[in-house]
Amino acid sequence: MASKKFLYINRKAPHGSIYAQESLEVVLIGAAFEQNVTLAFIDDGVYQLLQNQDTSGIGTKNFAPTFRALGDYDVSQIYVERESLELRGLSKDDLIPLTYEDEDDDWAEKDSIHVVSSLELADIIEQQDVILNF
Amino acid sequence: MALELDGKSYETDEEGYLLNLSDWNDQLAAEMAKADGAILDENHWEVLNFLRDYYEEYQIAPAVRVLTKAVGKKLGKDKGTSKYLYELFPYGPAKQACKYAGLPKPTGCV
Repeated sequence: MASKKFLYINRKAPHGSIYAQESLEVVLIGAAFEQNVTLAFIDDGVYQLLQNQDTSGIGTKNFAPTFRALGDYDVSQIYVERESLELRGLSKDDLIPLTYEDEDDDWAEKDSIHVVSSLELADIIEQQDVILNF
Repeated sequence: MALELDGKSYETDEEGYLLNLSDWNDQLAAEMAKADGAILDENHWEVLNFLRDYYEEYQIAPAVRVLTKAVGKKLGKDKGTSKYLYELFPYGPAKQACKYAGLPKPTGCV
């Protein structure tokens, strides 16, 4: 199977709807089948990566720790839109640190999250074969 | 579906995966293995405990490729191979081991 470039765009806050969790599930399935997977977080989607999420009050599963497994699934291209962060008074330091081990660099641990402008993100979107919106 | 052990009933899905993660105990794992005609030795337990820890940390059961890599990293290179894991769990390491470990079926597993 030829590998295609998949981009998953996440726009919604994590716990008010099922979109974020479903997106993550589909991402993991796609990655398990060794597709080239890129994630983008824009608008309220940036809240999905916030540190210290606690869902005990609403009785749903806190799936935020699962983002940290993305490196194991070789998902290492995670883009967060700078404008969306700034509008919400957030910075990269507020986000869960996500890393991967670079096979081509003696398994050095590297940062998966890249904060990019909306213009840079437009370029990234342009390079994809398949785009899925959540 | 349900699994009976010592007069207690544990709910499972149609494929025998426990519905409630916290129901799990060693005896239940051994019982599930027995139903498949398997006996769990220390090598099996090592993988089951690894999976329990992985779930605790990441809230998912890893796909088999990820499991193999992670086992190699944690338990030693000689154990991080499909051959080793398939010998322990011939029905598929992720699928079968996750079941005995009381986890949901791995994401990406069909």
